[in-house]
Amino acid sequence: MFEFLFFLEVLISGLLSGIMYSLVALGFVLIYKASSVFNFAQGAMVFFAVLSFVGFMELGLNFWIALPVTMVLMALVGMATEKFVLRPLVNQSEDTLLMATIGLSFVLEGLAQMAWGVEVRRLDLGIPDVPMMWLADLTGIFVSTLDMVAGIVAFVMVGALALLFSKTKVGLGLRAVADSHSAALSIGIPLKHIWMMVWAAAGVVALVAGMLWGARSGVQFALVGIALKALPVLIIGGFTSVPGVIVAGLIVGASEKLAEVYIGPYFGGGIEGWAPYMLAVFFLMFRPEGLFGEKLIRRV
Amino acid sequence: MFYRQAGQFRTSYASDARLIPFREDRFVLIAILIFAFAAVPNFASDYWLSAILIPWLCMSLVALGQNILMGYAGQLSLGSAGFMAAGAFACYNLILRVDGIPFVVAVMLSGVIAALVGIVFGLPSLRIRGLYLAVATLASQFFIVWVIDKFGWFKNYDSSGIITAQDIVIFGKSFTSPAEMYLVVLVIVAVLTLLAMNMAKGSIGRNWMAVRDMDVAAEVMGLSLLRTKLQAFAISSFYCGVGGALFAYAYLQSVEPAAFDINLSFRILFMAIIGGLGTIIGAYLGAAFILLLPVFLNITFHAVLGDSVDATLISAFEQVIFGVMMIVFMIYEPLGLARLLELVQERLRLWPFKR
Repeated sequence: MFEFLFFLEVLISGLLSGIMYSLVALGFVLIYKASSVFNFAQGAMVFFAVLSFVGFMELGLNFWIALPVTMVLMALVGMATEKFVLRPLVNQSEDTLLMATIGLSFVLEGLAQMAWGVEVRRLDLGIPDVPMMWLADLTGIFVSTLDMVAGIVAFVMVGALALLFSKTKVGLGLRAVADSHSAALSIGIPLKHIWMMVWAAAGVVALVAGMLWGARSGVQFALVGIALKALPVLIIGGFTSVPGVIVAGLIVGASEKLAEVYIGPYFGGGIEGWAPYMLAVFFLMFRPEGLFGEKLIRRV
Repeated sequence: MFYRQAGQFRTSYASDARLIPFREDRFVLIAILIFAFAAVPNFASDYWLSAILIPWLCMSLVALGQNILMGYAGQLSLGSAGFMAAGAFACYNLILRVDGIPFVVAVMLSGVIAALVGIVFGLPSLRIRGLYLAVATLASQFFIVWVIDKFGWFKNYDSSGIITAQDIVIFGKSFTSPAEMYLVVLVIVAVLTLLAMNMAKGSIGRNWMAVRDMDVAAEVMGLSLLRTKLQAFAISSFYCGVGGALFAYAYLQSVEPAAFDINLSFRILFMAIIGGLGTIIGAYLGAAFILLLPVFLNITFHAVLGDSVDATLISAFEQVIFGVMMIVFMIYEPLGLARLLELVQERLRLWPFKR
């Protein structure tokens, strides 16, 4: 019984940390859907966002003022990216765009460190990263409050995005653009505005993801590495599917935690670092388009 | 350059298939080689040799490997530093465990070992391409470094986790001064570069390019995708492995697995792209650019702001410059420095007349 409870605990903590991966991956999907740009810089955006947020707070801004200020900043960064990096690269191959966004990730990481310094910051959201006692008393399972909050935030955000996509006029435009750029243009959907919106939204998503990660492991450069793990999540889930990345995030989070706890000791630990990538590679062998991705059909 | 290529006719198959078809180009290459072999080790200072020329040659070789995979075979890879690590640590173990093995043999064998590793990690490329493959190659990056880091055997159970490269010994003669090490590196790099030029021009290179330009069409024409792609992965990792071993032995000398992190992989990627994908000379230009830019920035910063500048600020600024260069090249010259060089040559050919 105790064994099983422990397993459950590991599983749940894995699932919940998986949600944090999903949050990062969500930003990728938003941009990929609307502009078929694989935004490698999403991880750097996460880092940039949360470092700026902490930086603003250190300047003496109140939490509730720093939050909208950072959101506006991220929206501006997103728009600038669209204008100066992606607009000139319209119609280039996906690989070219990917490399440009790798360059962008260097720029954002460098700028963030130039502006705010390199030391590790603590971010206190007022949510303790300790097990919830009432749940532990009730069921004997230890789950961190922060993890729980992350789960709820992710849930709310996915819900909001789903509503945005399906119910609003902007969402309709987004879906049209995702289907075909030229068709959307020809019926008068302003592509520029749509893309700017998407990049701004991805910036805000990055901020939320960054705040949760920052509260967990400190605001530091290592966040970029954590954000890289959103890539296997993305691969498993498929580049274009919001539900896909959520499920994939859960899979990656759970499998990496389980692997670390049950297989790790045989190898001296630390397999968390590569387990998600290996999982993604094996996954690709069998389902190259991901769990919910669109089936790729190539014509010659 | 200044010369015209008119009047040099190719009258036989042999002359048509020559590696460098124009007489003047051959002269230039030979002049460069003579300069590099005879003049440089005699006149360059130890600082230049060991801090700039040796790492430049090593990284050029690695960039060449990346270029083979990305520029010629069209397979996006983000794991080159992993293969470098495989080469470096294979070399360490070969020299440690095989008595009296000549350094050159050890380096070549470690290239072969890196190539075998490369084949394993190239397997996913058979089913996936482009962005998906890029992410899959990240697995090699993290996995290889983790394996070397975790299993003490690779580092001869050194408690610090850092290995110290043995002296470079070839048939009883040791090469320890910067000039001697430079010569060893130069010979290996020059030979492998000639080999790469041959491959790029020959059927192997054409197969790669066919796969790069359209893999389905290449397959329809009877190319085995399996063979071609894995070949590209193997040869690319061979170059990365040899480059990594040389980098460890002639430049770093005390090596820890963490030196081959993902950042290095990105730098190699930048070298290949900024230098010019699908060109041999691009690897050299790109490596020089990426290696010299930090040096240049450092000097400029110190000159402008005095000695009180913060080192972390410089490195952050350097990152920004790298990223901006990358974006600028992608937008304005996706074919890289090699293409710029070509444009200059074309201008010079007509000079003093305008186009």
